[in-house]
Order: sequence, then structure tokens, then C-alpha cells
Amino acid sequence: MKDSIRFILNGEDITLSDVHPAETLLDFLRLRRRLTGTKEGCAEGDCGACTVLVGRLLDGKLFYETVNACIRFLGSLNGTHVVTVEHLAARNGTLHPVQQALVDYHGSQCGFCTPGFVMSLYGLWLSDEKPARPAIEKALQGNLCRCTGYEPIVKAAEAVSRVRPSTLFDPLEKTRSEIVSRLWAMQTRETITIVSGQDRLIVPGSVEALARVLADEPEATVVAGSTDVGLWVTKQMRALTPAIFINHLNELQAIKTTDGGVTIGAGVTYTKAFEILAPKVPTLGKLINRIGGEQVRNMGTIGGNIANGSPIGDSPPPLIALGATLKLRSATGTRMLRLEDYFIDYGKQDRKPGEFVESVFMPYPAAGSQFAVYKITKRRDEDITAVLGAFYLTLDEAGDVNDIRIAFGGMAATPKRARTVESDLIGKPWNEETVDRAREAFDADFQPLTDWRATAEYRQLTAKNLLRRFYLETVGTPVELKRFEGVS
Amino acid sequence: MDKSTFDTAKVVISGPMHSALKHDSAHKHVTGTADYIDDIPEPTGLLHGALGMSDRAHAEILSMDLSEVRRHPGVVWVFTGKDVPGVNDVSSNGSHDEPLLAETEVEFDGQPVFAVIAETRDAARMAARKAKIEYRDLPHFSDIDGALENGAPLVIAPMTLRRGDAKAEMDNAPHRLKGQMRIGGQEHFYLEGQIAMAIPGEDDEVTVWSSTQHPSEIQHIVGHVLNIPSNAVTVNVRRMGGGFGGKETQGNQFAALAAIAAKKLKRAVKFRPDRDEDMRATGKRHDFLVDYELAFDDEGRIHAVDATYAARCGFSSDLSGPVTDRALFHADSSYFYPHVHLTSIPLKTHTASNTAFRGFGGPQGMLGGERFIEEIAYAIGKDPLEIRKLNFYGQPGSGRTTTPYHQEIEDNIILRIVEELEESADYQARRNAVIAFNRDSRYIRKGIALTPVKFGISFTMTAFNQAGALVHIYQDGSIHLNHGGTEMGQGLYTKVAQVLSDSFQVDIDRVKITATTTGKVPNTSATAASSGSDLNGMAAYDAARQIKERLVAFAADKWSVDPAEIVFLPNRVRVGETEVPFPDFIKQAYFARVQLSAAGFYKTPKIHWDRAAGRGTPFYYFAYGAACSEVSIDTLTGEYLIDRTDILHDVGRSLNPAIDIGQVEGGFVQGMGWLTTEELWWDEKGRLRTHAPSTYKIPLASDRPKVFDVRLVDWSENAEPTIGRSKAVGEPPLMLAISVLEALSMAVASVADYKVCPRLDAPATPERVLMAVERMKRV
Repeated sequence: MKDSIRFILNGEDITLSDVHPAETLLDFLRLRRRLTGTKEGCAEGDCGACTVLVGRLLDGKLFYETVNACIRFLGSLNGTHVVTVEHLAARNGTLHPVQQALVDYHGSQCGFCTPGFVMSLYGLWLSDEKPARPAIEKALQGNLCRCTGYEPIVKAAEAVSRVRPSTLFDPLEKTRSEIVSRLWAMQTRETITIVSGQDRLIVPGSVEALARVLADEPEATVVAGSTDVGLWVTKQMRALTPAIFINHLNELQAIKTTDGGVTIGAGVTYTKAFEILAPKVPTLGKLINRIGGEQVRNMGTIGGNIANGSPIGDSPPPLIALGATLKLRSATGTRMLRLEDYFIDYGKQDRKPGEFVESVFMPYPAAGSQFAVYKITKRRDEDITAVLGAFYLTLDEAGDVNDIRIAFGGMAATPKRARTVESDLIGKPWNEETVDRAREAFDADFQPLTDWRATAEYRQLTAKNLLRRFYLETVGTPVELKRFEGVS
Repeated sequence: MDKSTFDTAKVVISGPMHSALKHDSAHKHVTGTADYIDDIPEPTGLLHGALGMSDRAHAEILSMDLSEVRRHPGVVWVFTGKDVPGVNDVSSNGSHDEPLLAETEVEFDGQPVFAVIAETRDAARMAARKAKIEYRDLPHFSDIDGALENGAPLVIAPMTLRRGDAKAEMDNAPHRLKGQMRIGGQEHFYLEGQIAMAIPGEDDEVTVWSSTQHPSEIQHIVGHVLNIPSNAVTVNVRRMGGGFGGKETQGNQFAALAAIAAKKLKRAVKFRPDRDEDMRATGKRHDFLVDYELAFDDEGRIHAVDATYAARCGFSSDLSGPVTDRALFHADSSYFYPHVHLTSIPLKTHTASNTAFRGFGGPQGMLGGERFIEEIAYAIGKDPLEIRKLNFYGQPGSGRTTTPYHQEIEDNIILRIVEELEESADYQARRNAVIAFNRDSRYIRKGIALTPVKFGISFTMTAFNQAGALVHIYQDGSIHLNHGGTEMGQGLYTKVAQVLSDSFQVDIDRVKITATTTGKVPNTSATAASSGSDLNGMAAYDAARQIKERLVAFAADKWSVDPAEIVFLPNRVRVGETEVPFPDFIKQAYFARVQLSAAGFYKTPKIHWDRAAGRGTPFYYFAYGAACSEVSIDTLTGEYLIDRTDILHDVGRSLNPAIDIGQVEGGFVQGMGWLTTEELWWDEKGRLRTHAPSTYKIPLASDRPKVFDVRLVDWSENAEPTIGRSKAVGEPPLMLAISVLEALSMAVASVADYKVCPRLDAPATPERVLMAVERMKRV
């Protein structure tokens, strides 16, 4: 059994056997290493001041993703390459083009958010040679700036895409192959266990090992992307022991597509899910790009989003409307259930001790069907849902509703089907009158709450209006605010 | 360029006044090497503090059991208000209404009641949660309605501005109407939270690093709580990660706690609250309830305005007096009110004490003024812009230049700015297009609005309009600059360095900008009220003038030339026929025993204010601007987009156009956040539930206008002899965002064919927009 984790920090190999399960990457950087370029702005993954890159091997390929160091646990970094802002400029002080552009375009004022912006733009620079404005704005969804109004930052991002000298110093392009081999050497199929005082962190070497560990430790906290669990620590100061880190398990990150649908491993991040789902189901792609910021999408997983049972988690309603099934696994085997049956009540899911979510199967919308999902928030991007509605419709030959499945988030204690509305619609002609008549049925299905995101009244009214929006879309008159031509 | 030599062949220096210089720390910002207080290498044995906070809006403290807190591993000291060596008070205005740590009664959820000092920050934070405090709940009122219904006391005497006879005019005018507007508050959301680090010194001395806009006040407060004189306290700040007014007084408690613990324990102590604690414990922009009655004629010309401005001030007075005063000073926006009666109602509420925030009440006052225009425009069926122009202040001699506070407006350029923007933004054609679009669009509606800004510059507290600077030239010709202003990102240090660079005609990299410290320049004012470069720029200019006078006298004597023949050229000095490189010139001055250091000073002329009488000249001059915004809304959900914003803004003769454009863009987007998605929400128990970025939504890159064109007025010069004839820029652009709210309002109004003023309140969240649409449907 191994008792240390290994990763690369900028250029340096790090081996740690004194890691507390709740120790964040940000605290490690700032407190232990005095790498103070990475800042704490919120400690909840919303402001991006702590953005760093994490390089990891997936299917043998090394790629770098922006993450929030504030809610990324050190225990989740085995076999990765952590890159901080201190790594970007050349030794002789020459700025990286991304940094230079921010200087040239006056992209910093108070400067506190700036290292985070540098890292997000660097992440974009690595993955997109000529980002258009929508891509730039997407890359910056997880970075807050209170001074500049963003305009000079966006202009800097555009400018840097135009200048890309071949002789350029880039710390990651230059060392890519060397880093790959160093990371390969760090991969392990052995389970890592680190004990510190009363606390333990476990990094299982395989999915089988995960099942065994969980059988022995049914009370353990399974941590994948830590975009939720991270806040238990930073905000609620909860002890996290034993903690089982699973985000390195490539088996859980498998995506299997068949003609009828796709099986998404529980460890698949939103970013990776987007890549596969957006071309198949564009409305889902749009939704995924409004979950968290880029850093959160690079960490957060579909499995975690389901497993934590949030009534406002964004992926369950569309998955329920599409008729998704969940695969749960334990040391004794696997079982399947309909996703909508998994959510029992607020904070209560049908997951037995020792079980974990292994994958979810999402059937593609059938030919001739209509499907859409709409997320309503106070701020368009990087905001938690007030109301989310997913609609799946099939019509018969006469144009009557053959089947409709409507699922909402933010309207009840769990993600929930609008059964009364559905039955009101089934068998009726799909027209404005039918849709208008069904509005009343919402009151039977939902009694939403008032909170800081929205009042009950707004939630109910919007839910009804979303059905109308769906109707309009199905008959070819979409109602859409377009920030960019062709992009909503 | 070799940093050790001066380039004396230059035609112009780098970085004179009016050049678009980069922020002095830009290079450090992008490399992560700009040090904020939490980044300073920590002294050996540093301890960390955490707040123990009330979880009641209003309650009597019956007992406090802190034994579990003390027992928590790593805890070194736990203290309460009783342990404060001096006065247990951090009120910024000397009114003693703001205990550092509440002792017998808590008056808001989040109020500090004790402090924990521990070996690590985590230990301090965890221990703080283990307190057992017994409370007896008392009735609370956390919002304006609750405060009004309960007859809440006022935190300070209200102010009234009066001219003419508004009440009589209401009866005489052809039209009158009454209305009400709710204006939400705003969290500063500086990216770097509050933080202070204190290091104890010999005897009674203590040095404090504080993220503050007002080092002199921190110095005063630390002396006050420790019962030591100000000369024992040194406060330093190199830079803040944003301030926006939120660090004018709100740093007091953290600096005071760190200093008390440092002196008691004889160890360095750092206090850095978590974001949630910061947002719960510190004050915000005041929300307002404006009740108004307007009298006007068929043309839309205002005859009289009678309005009250009730504000949620929080549990103590803090800056609420001057904030609510400034709301009244800006209730006229850019308009002449022939008869006017305005009163503030600064209400005490059981919430954190609201405080300074960019604009300082001005935005709320001005927003009310723009609502008045909207009301009149919809009432008589005209374009609001037409009503605006009709009511603008006139030029001297027009009889339409007197403000409600009896100051004459002498520098009015608003009509020219508005007309130029109307033209360049193609307002009329686009308004017609918007109306045509709305006619054909069932669910998506558009709106457009062009709104003006006129903002009075100066602290209304006359004494604050003073500043000092300290300038040294060393023997090698390098220059050391210090002044009383603080750097929070606004580029003040850069601008003041430009003043020196310009004065001595040396490249800007010869000027070392040093951290603000109470030890070098005493009795400074807060860097606030947009006054930073006006005041400190002039103080630095004065210091440079003194040194230059000595240098000229020295050179005239040494080279026997007329003083008029001594000219400071780029990096050199021409003395008669010869040119001497600047460092050589300085060296010779040194050997001639010329004092190469000077303390500069400046006080703003002309201004005075009599609050009780509601009369005076509180402002030295006005800064102007205008913005035109176009928006689209979805009438099914209330969601919206800002399609385009055009801005023309007046900064006089810009000291630094790059920095000023940045202030305008940033101010606009921050104002847009205030008026759109930034919503503070308290529950029925009086607890603020939006206290982190997950729940409190400031604008993102994707929220800024899709087309965003910002220009400075290129023909404007300050009518007053300010530094380089520039104008202040910090606050005024925030109010350009009023154009967004009014454009949203127009889009909503289209639902009822523009026949009714939608009375869209702020912040116009999607919910408020949708509910306004629903109201329009019922018209």
C-alpha cells in the first residue's frame, strides 16, 4: 500500500505523505509553498482568483484544464501537473503573450483577480488558436473582475490570438513530452492511503478497489470533482474523513455511445460531457455551458451532480425527461434504476451504503421527437438555477401529443416530473390552446419556495411560460435572446 | 534601457501628464508578484484571528460561554469587548455608536461579539464556531418598510434642501403625479477581502498593514481602542485588491482586532475574514425608498419636485449622514427644479451598517431624478430624452442654474455632450427601429435610453478636501514619491507619478512610487469621493514646485544666469547655454547643500457647506457624461441582454486616457450590476442570505454590452485650475448605467404601448422585469 501522493508543481516533482483529506490545493500553494500569485477571492469556486491549470493524462494524452485551486483537494492530484501563474513568464522575465496582452490592453486595475484571468486565458490559448468572442466569454465565465468591466480583458484575449510567434517561449508546449513521461511514471494502480491524526484520505487504484474500500467504509465521502464537497470544507468547516478521491479513475470517465444513446461514466466532467452531447443534443450543450464557470465544468462531474441529490442540480431534469437510467455499483455487484426514482426526497436518494454511482445511460431523443431544456437564473452565466425545465415530446400522426415528459429543477425538493401537466397534454392536439389550458395543472404539480434566487410566484409563472416557449420552438417560432448571431 | 542612466537625448519623457501610461503595477499584476497584504512574507510566530459573529438580527446577550472556543487546539487567546484596552468603539465619525465587539446587545446578524486568536487560520475559524451564546431576541426591523412601520430612530439628523415653494406649486401646475421608487443596495465585492496584519513594536508602538482607503482613520481607531496616541501607530498600505468605498471605514474593525491582539500577545497577528464573514459583517451601498410628487406642464417642463429619501442605514451612523446628504445633492440629476423640497430619512435598521460605495448616495439620488423624467415622459407621451433636454440646467444668465442647495452651476456642458452622443450613437433612428421592432415582436421586446450624468466633485465635509505629499530626490537623481492617497486599482499612483515626471521632466521609471503610510504624510483624508488625483496630484505638484524653486535658485546662483533661463528638459536641465543631465544637476545641488526633499500640501479652494441651512457651495466643479443603452428582454421569463452601449464621458483634460477609459468602462459595468443582477436578500429573521458570489451575482464578461463604445470628451477642460485641468473620474461613470435600467423599462413599457410608466425598480432582476411585464399586461 502506498502512503504518499505524487505530482508535478510547475517544474518540480512533489511527493507528499502528510496530506490532510481536507487540505486544498490553494492552501498548499499559498501556505506551504508561499506561491502567493494564486489568490483566494471566495473559497467556493465562483470568482476564479485561484485559477490554476491541472494537466492530466486521459487515454494516454496530456491535456491541461483550468480549475479552482480553492476547492480542489490536494488528495485529488496524484499523477497530475499543477501549473501556477509563477510558471508562465520566461526566466529572463519576458512575459508570456497572454500576460503581455493584458498589460498592453490595460486589462488589470486592482490586479487581485488578474492572475486568475491570466490562467483562464492561458488555458484558452492552449486549446484554441483563434477564439472568437463567444469562446472568450465562455473561458471567462468563472472569473470575476470588479474593476475593469472586462472590455480590456476580452480585447487582450482577442489580440493574443492574432500574435503567435513560432519562436515563442511557452512553458507547457516546450515541456509536453517530458511531462508526459514524468506523469506516466507517477500513475499507479495501487491504492494510496494517507493517515493524518484521526483523518484518512484514500485514493483507490481502480474501480474494483473503490468498491472494496466503500464496502469497508460505507460512511466515507466519495469525492469526484469536489465542486460541491469543496464547499463543505471551506464554508462549513466540515471534517472530511475518510475521503475517497475518484477523479483520477479513467474507467469512470468512459463515454460509450451507441445508436440509441450514450453511457456516461460517473466521473465524466461537464466539459467532457459537452464534447460528446453538444453535437448530438444541442440544447443540452447550451445547458452545460451555463453550469458553473469553465473551471467548475472542468472539475464537476455528471455523476456527482446526480449523486449529491440537489433539487437544483442541472443535469437530472433533462436526463429524467429523456428517460435516463442510473447504474449503481457496490462490492456485491451493480443495479440499474430509472433516474427519476433515484431522488426520493430532499437530501434523500436511493443509494445504499457501499454503493456508488457508476454511470448514467441517456437515450437520445427519438427520431421525430422534440426535446429542449431551459435554465433560468438571475445572471445568465455561472449562476445556480432558479428554475430549470426540460421537455420531451412526441406527436402522433394527427399532431396530437403522443407522449410528453416534463421535468423541472428548482420547483420542488427534488428534480421532479410535472405529471399533472403531462397528463393534461397527452392525447390533445399540440397547439397554443392546449398549452394555455395546461398552465393551471402546474399548480397541482408544484408549490415552489421563495428564496434569494426567486419568489415562488416567479418560479411558478416562469415554469408555465417555459412550456409556452417550448411549444413555440416546436412549431418553428423560437423565442430567443441572442448575444451573438447564431449563438444564444 | 539601462536603469542606472538617464536618457538625455530624448525629445519627450516617458509618462508626462495626459499620456496613456500603463498602470504602474500592471507587470506585477500579470505575473502574480504584486503583493497584497496576505502575500507579504509572514513574520515568525504570526497568529491568526477569526470573528465570532452574532446569528441574531437583534437580541440581548444573556450569557457567553466561550470555554469550548478556548479549549480548541491551537487557540491562544479569545477576547470580548471587555478586553478592549481603550474604548470599545470603531465608529468612523466619533459618535461612539459602533462597538468593536458587542457586549450586551447585538444589532445585526453577523455582528462581531468576540474574537479568536490561534496558531492557524483554520484553528481560529473552527474554534469560533464553538461558542455558546444565549440570547433573548428583541424585535427587529431589517428593511426600510419595517423601520418606517416601527418608527425606527434615525441614525443622524435628516437633511432638507428647499428652494421656492414646492407644495404651493403642486396645486398650481397643469399636471401633478405621485410615485414611489425602490432602489436596492449593493455589495462592494472587492476581490481582495478585508484584511489587516499588526506587528507590535517597542513601548506602545504598533505597525499595521491594512487594506484600507483611509490609513489615517485606521491609525486613529487603533489608537482609540488601544488607548495610545496616534504617534505610536503606523499604518501602511501599498495596494488594495479593490475598494469602491467598502474600505473607507469598514477596515476599522479588522485592524483594531489585529492590533489589540498583537499588543496583548506580543506577536504579529493577521485578520482575514472569509468572504461570507466579510459580506455579513461589513456594510454595503444603502438601499433607498424614494417617495415623490412632481408638478409639470404640458410640455413636460418640471415646475416642482417634492420628495423624501428613506435609506436603510444599518445599526450605526457610520457614513450614512454624508451618504444620504449626497443622495439629496444629486436628486436633481442634470435638471433644474424651479421649486423643490427634498428630505432625507436616514433610518436605523438591524443590518450591517451601510457605508460608502462609489457614488456615495449620488447614484440613488440621480436614479430617482431620472425616474421623475420617465414619469413625466410617459405621462405626456413623449420620448424621455426630449423631456431631459427640456429640463437641463441652463447656462449662466438663463435663470436656470441654481441647484436645490443654492450652488450656481457655472461649468454646464451636459447639453453638448448629450447632443453629441445622440448623434454619434444614432439615437433617433435606433429608437424608431426599436419601436418598429416591438410592433412586430410578440415575446422579445427592445428598449433604448440615453441618460445624462452630472456629478459634484469634493467631499461635502469641507475639512476632508486637503492632501499632502512627500517628495525626495536622492543624490543619484532618482525620485521617491509618497502621498496620502491609496491605490485600489484606480491608477492613482500612476497619475501622481506622472505629475512628478512632468514637473521634473524625468522618465517615469525614475519615480519610485511608495506605499502609503501615516508616518510620511499625516492627517490624510480617505481616498474617496473621486478626489484622489485632484488632491494628491496637486499636493505632489506643490512639493515638486518647492524643490524646483530651490533648484532654480541654486542654479541661477551657481551659473550666474537669470532664473528664466533655467529650463527642465527631458532628463536634463538647461542652464543658460549649457545642458546638464538631471542626475549631475542634482548631485551638484546636493553638494551645494540644497534641500532635495519637500512636503507638498493642497486644499480645495472656494467650497463651503452649511448643512443646517441647506445652503452653500459644496462642490468645486462638476463632471459630466452621457450613455445610450439598448437592450432586449424576453417577456416570458424576464431575461435580458444589453445589446449596445455608447458612452461619452467628461474627465476634463485627461491625466491618463488609458486609465480614465478603464474607470469609465469599469464604473459603467459596476453600475449595471447594481441596477440589474446584484440583489441583496434578507430572510424574515433579518439574515443576509446573499453573502458569497454563489448567491450574489456581479456582472461577468458575458454580461457587458455586446457592443460597447466608450469615448472621452476630447474638448473638455476643467474650468477650475485642477491638476492639468483634469476632472475626477472614479465615481461619475457608475451612473452612466442608469441608461440600462431605463432601456429595460422602455422594453417593458412596450407591452402597454408605452402608455404607462413601468416603474421598474432596481435591481431589475429577470424576476422584476417579468413582474413589471405582467403589470403592464393588466393595464
